[in-house]
Amino acid sequence: MAVRLFSEPFDPWALVRERERELPLEKLGATSVFVGRMRDFNDDRTVQGLFLEHYPGMTERELERIVLEAEARWPVDACEVAHRVGAVNPSETLVLVAVWSAHRIAARDACAEILERVKHEAPFWKRERLVDGSERWVETNTPGS
Amino acid sequence: MTISIQYFARLRDEVGRAGDATAKPDTVHTAGDLWRHLHDSPPPPRLMVAINQRHARLDSPVADGDEVAFFPPVTGG
Repeated sequence: MAVRLFSEPFDPWALVRERERELPLEKLGATSVFVGRMRDFNDDRTVQGLFLEHYPGMTERELERIVLEAEARWPVDACEVAHRVGAVNPSETLVLVAVWSAHRIAARDACAEILERVKHEAPFWKRERLVDGSERWVETNTPGS
Repeated sequence: MTISIQYFARLRDEVGRAGDATAKPDTVHTAGDLWRHLHDSPPPPRLMVAINQRHARLDSPVADGDEVAFFPPVTGG
């Protein structure tokens, strides 16, 4: 299990490749990967940038708890979760969830569950900067959006 | 011993500071009591709370030495 926070841009595919170098891929028939990027629009407004606030200490602990609970629930062999913090520009990666398992359903379901729990339980808060220079806090992550 | 309190995101903007510290008054038993003691108002809707960096509830007990955080709904991912 690996959980990482990045205050600078990171390459999610490089993290996946790096992790795969240490995994017994001949036993892992399924890899499910989710990459979430920053959009340049939200609620019909153009968004220039984002600031991702977090709660140092608790954020890492929550991510670890979410991954451990997924590993207890599904027969998965490895999980990688990475999340940006601080100032983010459009198209940069916000979140990576990657899950390796012998079988596809465990990999797919664990990946989806980890992502949903990260969005609704891990202490991160987004503040958007709009084209007119104003800023607004994102009020909620709605289910499935 | 004191209780340390932190505010995050929009809530920090609204409160106007990043945190508070207080000795636990005898009238404060729960996180909700603590909010009422500090702000002289009921907890706002959808307020989330963590005690010692774990998710908790407004009716969760607080003790001297605890780290209590109040924050709005989370929006990561």
